[in-house]
Amino acid sequence: MLKLFALITVASLAGALPVASAGDITGTITLKGPPPKEKEITPLMEDPNCGKLHTKIPTTRFYVVGPKAELADVVVSIEGISGKSTGASAPPVILDQKGCEYIPSILAVQTDQKIIVKNSDPILHNVHNVPAAGSGNKERNEAQLPNGADLTFSFPKPESFLKFKCDVHLWMFAWVSIFDHPYFAVSDKDGSFKIANVPPGKYKLQAAHRKAGTVTREIEVKDGEPVKADFTLEAK
Amino acid sequence: MASKGLHRFAVLTALATLGLIGVGGLVTSHGAGMAVPDWPNTYGYNMFCFPISQWVGGIFYEHTHRLVASAVGLLTVVLTLWLHGTSARPFMRWGGWLLLLLGVAIAIALPPRRVDGLVVGLTGLASLSASWVWPRCQPSPKWLRWCGLVALLAVILQGVLGGLRVVLLQDALGIVHATLAQLFLVLLCAIALFTSRWWQTAPVRVPPAAGHQLPTLFLFATLLILAQLTLGAVMRHQHAGLAIPDFPLAYGKLWPDMDSESVARYNAQRLEILAVNPITAFQIALQMIHRLLAVLILGAVAFAAWSARRALGAGHCLSRLGLVWLGLILAQVLLGAITIWSDKAADIATAHVLVGALSLALGALISMSLVAASRQNGADYRIANQRPAAESRLRSEPQPSASAGAA
Repeated sequence: MLKLFALITVASLAGALPVASAGDITGTITLKGPPPKEKEITPLMEDPNCGKLHTKIPTTRFYVVGPKAELADVVVSIEGISGKSTGASAPPVILDQKGCEYIPSILAVQTDQKIIVKNSDPILHNVHNVPAAGSGNKERNEAQLPNGADLTFSFPKPESFLKFKCDVHLWMFAWVSIFDHPYFAVSDKDGSFKIANVPPGKYKLQAAHRKAGTVTREIEVKDGEPVKADFTLEAK
Repeated sequence: MASKGLHRFAVLTALATLGLIGVGGLVTSHGAGMAVPDWPNTYGYNMFCFPISQWVGGIFYEHTHRLVASAVGLLTVVLTLWLHGTSARPFMRWGGWLLLLLGVAIAIALPPRRVDGLVVGLTGLASLSASWVWPRCQPSPKWLRWCGLVALLAVILQGVLGGLRVVLLQDALGIVHATLAQLFLVLLCAIALFTSRWWQTAPVRVPPAAGHQLPTLFLFATLLILAQLTLGAVMRHQHAGLAIPDFPLAYGKLWPDMDSESVARYNAQRLEILAVNPITAFQIALQMIHRLLAVLILGAVAFAAWSARRALGAGHCLSRLGLVWLGLILAQVLLGAITIWSDKAADIATAHVLVGALSLALGALISMSLVAASRQNGADYRIANQRPAAESRLRSEPQPSASAGAA
C-alpha cells in the first residue's frame, strides 16, 4: 500500500514538472554563383549493354540546382552528438542500380543502419564500398547478378562520404555519409531539409556538399520550437 | 648448348609476358582491377568456363588479364621443363599422376566444383602424356636451370599476389604485383638472351678501356628505371586518376601548392566522370617525383648511350642498342606527357606502361651484356698475364733431360 502511494506521488510530481520537448530544424540550401557545367557520361553510352538503357546521354550530378539556385544533395547534420544511433532498429535505406547509375547518388544513414543495394538492371554489377583508411569501416566487394538478390551493407563507424562504386562500370558511384545519431538530412531537389525531434540545446549545424564544400553555423533548439537554418554554399 | 627451339620459345614467353603487362596496364587504366570480385573463380565460374557473353565493362579487361596470365604461367612451366631437358620427365610423370588423381578427387568429393576437377585432371593427363615424348634435349647448365625455376616460382607468386589483391582488397599487394611483373619480364628476357646462339658462341666484346665504368652507367640508369616503374605502380594503384592535370606546369606552377586548403580546392574543381578517389598531397608529391625522376633517367640514359658510343664506337651493337634505349626513353617521356594531356586516356596510359617495361628490359639486357663482356675482359687479362709468368717459371725451372724423359 505504501509502495503504491509512493508511486502515485512520484508520477504526479513528474506530470506536474515541465518536460523539455524536441524541436525540428528546417531550412533551405542555396548555391551562390553559377555551377560548373556537368559532364556527359559518354563511357556509359559507349557500353553496349548500359547504352541501351538510355535514350540520351546522362550527365554527372555534382550540382543538382533548382531554378532559384536551390541546391540538392547537401548532407546537413548536427555536430558534437555521438553515441545516439538508433540505426540497428531504423528502417533500411535503399540504394538502387538503375540504368547503370546509382540512385540516389548521395545518401545518409546511421551507424549499423541497413543499406539495401538493389540491382534493377538486366546487367551484372559489382558493389564495392571503399571506406577511408582508418575509418573503422570494412571494405567489401560483392558481385550482383542481373536482377539478382539484394545485398545488405551496414557500417559501425561514422564516416563522411563513403564511396560505393561498380568496377564493371566505372562511372557508377554513390556517396554515403554515416552518423552515429539520427539528427541529419539530405537536401531535396528544392534545396529543403528537415531534421526532426532534435533535443533542446545549442548545436553546430553543418551542411556538406561533395563539391561545394562545408559550411557550419550555430543554432539553438528551444523547447519544442522549430528552428529555421538556411545555408548558402559557393560553387567552386 | 641450348637449341634454337628453346631460345625461340624463351623469346615467345618473354613477348607473352610483355603482352600480359600490357593487359595488366589496361586493367589499371580502366580501373577494372576489382571488376571480378572473386578469385580463382570468376563470378563463381571456373575461370576457363566463364561465358563470353558476361565479359562486359571492366570484367573484360580483368578476366582477359587472368586468362593471359594463365597462358604465361603455362609457357613458363614449359620453358622451365625445357631448360631441365630429359631430367624433367620424371617430374612431369609424377606431377601428372598427382594432378590427375587430384582432379578425380575434386570431381567426386565436390560435385559443385566438378569443372575445376576436370580442368585439374586434364592438366595432369596432358603432363603425363607429354612426359613420354618430351623434352628430348639434354639439360641446360645448372645456373640456367635455376633461372627457369626462379621464373616458375615468380610466375606462381605473381598469380597468387594478383588473386590475393582482389580477395583481400589490398592496394599494396597490387603495387608488389606490378613491380614483380617488371622483374619477371627482365628474368624471361635474360633467359631468352642466355639461350641465344649469339650469347653462347660469340659473346660481345668491349675494349678493356671501357672498364667497369660503362656497365655501371647502364646498370645505374636501369635501376633508376626500375625505381620509376615502382613509383608508377604506386601512382596507378592509388586509383585517383591524374593527381596533377597539367603538364609541363603543375596546377599552373613549377611546383604546386600542397597545403590542405589547396588540395581541397583541387578536389572540388575536379568533376570526375569515373569513380576515382579524391587526390591527396601525397599523390601530388608522388607525381612531381615521377616527373623529376623522368628527367634524371633521360639524362642518365643519354649519358650512358653517349659513353657507349665513345668507348665502343658507333658501329658496336651495344652502342646501337644504347641509342634504341634512348629512343625508348624519349618516347616514354612523350607518352607520359600525352597521358596527362589526354586526361589519362586508357590506351595512352597503357602504352606508357608497356614502353616503361620495354625500357627496363632493354636496359637490363644491355647491362648484362656489358657486365659479361667486362668479366670476359678480366678473364682475358688474367690469361694474358698468367701466360708470360708461366713461361718465365718454366724457363727458370731445370729442364728434364731427354734421357730422363725417356726413362
